[in-house]
Amino acid sequence: MIEGVTLHHFLVISGIMFFLGMYGFLNRKNMITMLMSLELMLNAVNINFASINAYMHTDLLQGHFFALFIIGVAAAEAALAIAIIVLLYRKFNSINIEKSNTMKF
Amino acid sequence: METIFFYILALVIIVFSTLTVSTNNILRAAVYLLFVLGATSGLYFMMNFNFLAAVQLTVYAGGIVVLIIFSILLTHQINTILESSDLKKRIISGAISIISGSVFIWALFTYNFKISDKNIDDTSVKTIGTQLMSYVENGYVLPFEVISVLLLACMIAAIIIAKKFSHD
Repeated sequence: MIEGVTLHHFLVISGIMFFLGMYGFLNRKNMITMLMSLELMLNAVNINFASINAYMHTDLLQGHFFALFIIGVAAAEAALAIAIIVLLYRKFNSINIEKSNTMKF
Repeated sequence: METIFFYILALVIIVFSTLTVSTNNILRAAVYLLFVLGATSGLYFMMNFNFLAAVQLTVYAGGIVVLIIFSILLTHQINTILESSDLKKRIISGAISIISGSVFIWALFTYNFKISDKNIDDTSVKTIGTQLMSYVENGYVLPFEVISVLLLACMIAAIIIAKKFSHD
């Protein structure tokens, strides 16, 4: 419990952040900016887990550990995605999502 | 005092998230993302999750943003201005986000959250380490092992994907 700051404050912030990330993910064409929007969304989910842990389940640390694991998954995903992006750039000389359509059926 | 601090962090998060998804300069978008991640770790410090805040600063702000900036430098000219997407796509994605966001906010304010009246007291690194390595009740050794294997597989895959083969 923090003085003057309720659970809803945290959840509203994380919600705004998540849906801004969703807007960016749907709107952008460049793969790196899409990856940034994805990081925003994962980060918003982390705030959600941590705040619900801090306000509702104070005897356990479940949300805290889940946020830690999500950070690990996000790091792995970013490394792999950037490897794929660099490879696509070598092949197509562009990282526009609409130009990489070799496997498109 | 803490309320003022929270509102400053919230303002930073909202303004820089908006700039991250709307700016046309890709390097600036990465720097704005860095500010958002830093402000998020400030929120974790407010919730008394000091270890999580430190991990957030080192892994996200120190690792992932640097990785993204490196990949920008590898694939772009620094001063490239992104073309903005057409109006139809922008309206559709904005409408989808706003509608689902309003559903989220509505669900948030109608659900009855059971707020505990206690504080989280023990978030020291010793407790976190003990629980992470324990396999009895409240132990998290299985997800820890799974994520270790995932990270190893991911590193090997990243090397193999990005490696230049001699025959092509």
